[in-house]
Amino acid sequence: MALDHLWDRAAVLAIVNALKHQPGALMPILRRIQDDLGWVPPASMPLIAEELNLSRAEVHGVVSFYHDFRHAPPGRNVVRLCRAESCQAIGAAALADHARKRLGIDFNVTSADGAFSLEAVYCLGNCACSPAAVINGELLGRVTPARFDDAIARLERR
Amino acid sequence: MSSTAAPTVYVPCDSSALSLGAEAVARAITAEAARRNLNLKLIRNGSRGLYWLEPMVEVATPRGRVAYGPITTGDVPSLFETNFLAGHAHPFALGPTEEIPLLKRQQRLTFARVGVTDPVSLDDYLAHGGYRGLARALGMSSGEIVQEVTASNLRGRGGAAFPAGIKWKTTLDQTSKQKYVVCNADEGDSGTFSDRMIMEGDPFVLIEGMTIAAVAVGASEGYIYLRSEYPDALRTLTAAIDTATRAGYLGAEVCGSGKPFHLEIRVGAGAYICGEETAMLESIEGKRGVIRFKPPLPAIAGLFGQPTVVNNVITLASVPAILNGGGKAYNEYGVGRSRGTIPLQLAGNVRRPGLFELPFGLSLRDLIYDFGGGTASGRPLRAVQVGGPLGAYFPDSMLDLAIDYEAIAGAGGLLGHGGVVVFDDTTDLARMARYAMEFCALESCGKCTPCRIGSTRGVEVIDRIIANSERSANVELLRDLCDTMTAGSLCALGGLTPLPVLSALKYFPQDFGLPSVKGASIG
Ligand SMILES: Cc1cc2nc3c(=O)[nH]c(=O)nc-3n(C[C@H](O)[C@H](O)[C@H](O)COP(=O)(O)O)c2cc1C
Ligand code: SF4
Repeated sequence: MALDHLWDRAAVLAIVNALKHQPGALMPILRRIQDDLGWVPPASMPLIAEELNLSRAEVHGVVSFYHDFRHAPPGRNVVRLCRAESCQAIGAAALADHARKRLGIDFNVTSADGAFSLEAVYCLGNCACSPAAVINGELLGRVTPARFDDAIARLERR
Repeated sequence: MSSTAAPTVYVPCDSSALSLGAEAVARAITAEAARRNLNLKLIRNGSRGLYWLEPMVEVATPRGRVAYGPITTGDVPSLFETNFLAGHAHPFALGPTEEIPLLKRQQRLTFARVGVTDPVSLDDYLAHGGYRGLARALGMSSGEIVQEVTASNLRGRGGAAFPAGIKWKTTLDQTSKQKYVVCNADEGDSGTFSDRMIMEGDPFVLIEGMTIAAVAVGASEGYIYLRSEYPDALRTLTAAIDTATRAGYLGAEVCGSGKPFHLEIRVGAGAYICGEETAMLESIEGKRGVIRFKPPLPAIAGLFGQPTVVNNVITLASVPAILNGGGKAYNEYGVGRSRGTIPLQLAGNVRRPGLFELPFGLSLRDLIYDFGGGTASGRPLRAVQVGGPLGAYFPDSMLDLAIDYEAIAGAGGLLGHGGVVVFDDTTDLARMARYAMEFCALESCGKCTPCRIGSTRGVEVIDRIIANSERSANVELLRDLCDTMTAGSLCALGGLTPLPVLSALKYFPQDFGLPSVKGASIG
């Protein structure tokens, strides 16, 4: 097996220490690690467990339960498409097919060059502007294949 | 302020409006004003919820606010050209905002300020009737506050429609020293966005509602469990909580009453099941979002084992208006046992998607056609899913159903959080049924076998039906599977996934390769 991805031990430790003194601290800690690092390094779990006085199994159980917590670093650009009912009603399936082709990857995959990750989400609360997507944290509505391509082209030019 | 006050322009900061380019429009307006040496005051308001008109720009004029929309950056120079700052005509002029027919026809009680005020301005909130409900509550006994909510007949807007007053009374009656108020802001149902609009457009009303709940039941701490998909709501709520705390509306003493109330936000991590209240409490406690057995009810033993009021955002945000106007006045609206108003959210393939706050009782047909204008594609409507992913699919022939908890339940569906998703005739309902099973498998907390395994089996069985492999035997199998899920699931995820599946099968059998039924009707 390849070496695990490098992760910033000091950053994780700082987050744990900053947030551990509150009830139910594990979730806010994992949330912050995910937000700051873009993933929750599996190798950081023993450290988190030790600092919170939990078993490794407990930490692992929580990390694996929630869809947001990534187990590997994402690509430089993260494309999330809504695949829930409202978006399905107005073009989400066609948009998903288009996005797969345009990015050359399937859902839950990061491209070989590390440029893009494609992810499915189930409702962004943007249902009045379906189909919806989030690209690098920016919410987009009424996403046609053409609008999608524009957004991707802008990223590729950067 | 100078005598020639700068005109005030409003551009929404609502995330859906932003998803359509509202930020760029706001910047273009500022830039164009600078280029023309004009002074203007730009306010970022919430959305009025008329999303087909977003980004909607408003200007304050002597005859009230006037609206323009939908506006793109390309339209901004022409807005200035035609002097929109004085409210003049323009191809995208909508006239006085309050006179826009589909806004005027609404009964905005809970959403009274959304789109009107600056969401993070406490002064604006106060100037528009904010904190009057709390002021009144602070002059009442706990029992009187609960009585007022009971008299309103407000039922939980999160989905289960349980009477809020009864829940509050249960928690009030507990003698524990530590009690909690938890706001369910997980809003996971596709087709719903009313919680988001409140949190982004009028966060103080939620804070006030939670504070009233806390004062009523004797809770000193509150949590808002917010889904991670709502970063804008997080920013707005955080700012509003800080402001309310600094102004003494939250903290060690609510408005000098001697009663403490501390409010904190916890952000979820992408798990639909954490919208179920006991899974949510587990998640706040830092655990996997696995459903708890009931009893005990959260109202008796909830967060960290203490008595906890759990209510949806809309339930809590409706409380200030109830305390201010009286429970009786609120109860005047509605039909049957569904009292007051409900923010209906119309989405999917619909020409005019948006949020419409209306008294209960309107028909689905009037909502979809009068308000929504029919399908966006212009094709015939095929199906409507009411109440989120666990709600039934209804055919066009059933749209005379009233929007009322009992009426929709009587027709084999549920109203849930008030989302209505429209599908046109290109929709394959067998695929939607398959998706319902897939979603259940994806989001199951894993506690019950019928939910965890049954849903995955359901996907396979529907695939075989679609592929015409032993079709009639597999249809029987699907029905059995649904029976097992209904009977053997601890919560509504496994228990109600059969609703969309079986309603699709019942009303759209041809999509499963079965003979069609004639004129499906209510009942
Ligand atoms: C699978 C599932 C998901 C739910 N999701 C939500 C949700 O996202 N928001 C919500 O307020 N209630 C949700 N509920 C309902 C809650 O369990 C609970 O009834 C509600 O928060 C109580 O508040 P209310 O009485 O004000 O509606 C869900 C229930 C189930 C079974
Ligand atoms: S029905 Fe599904 S989600 Fe609900 S408790 Fe059972 S396994 Fe968990």
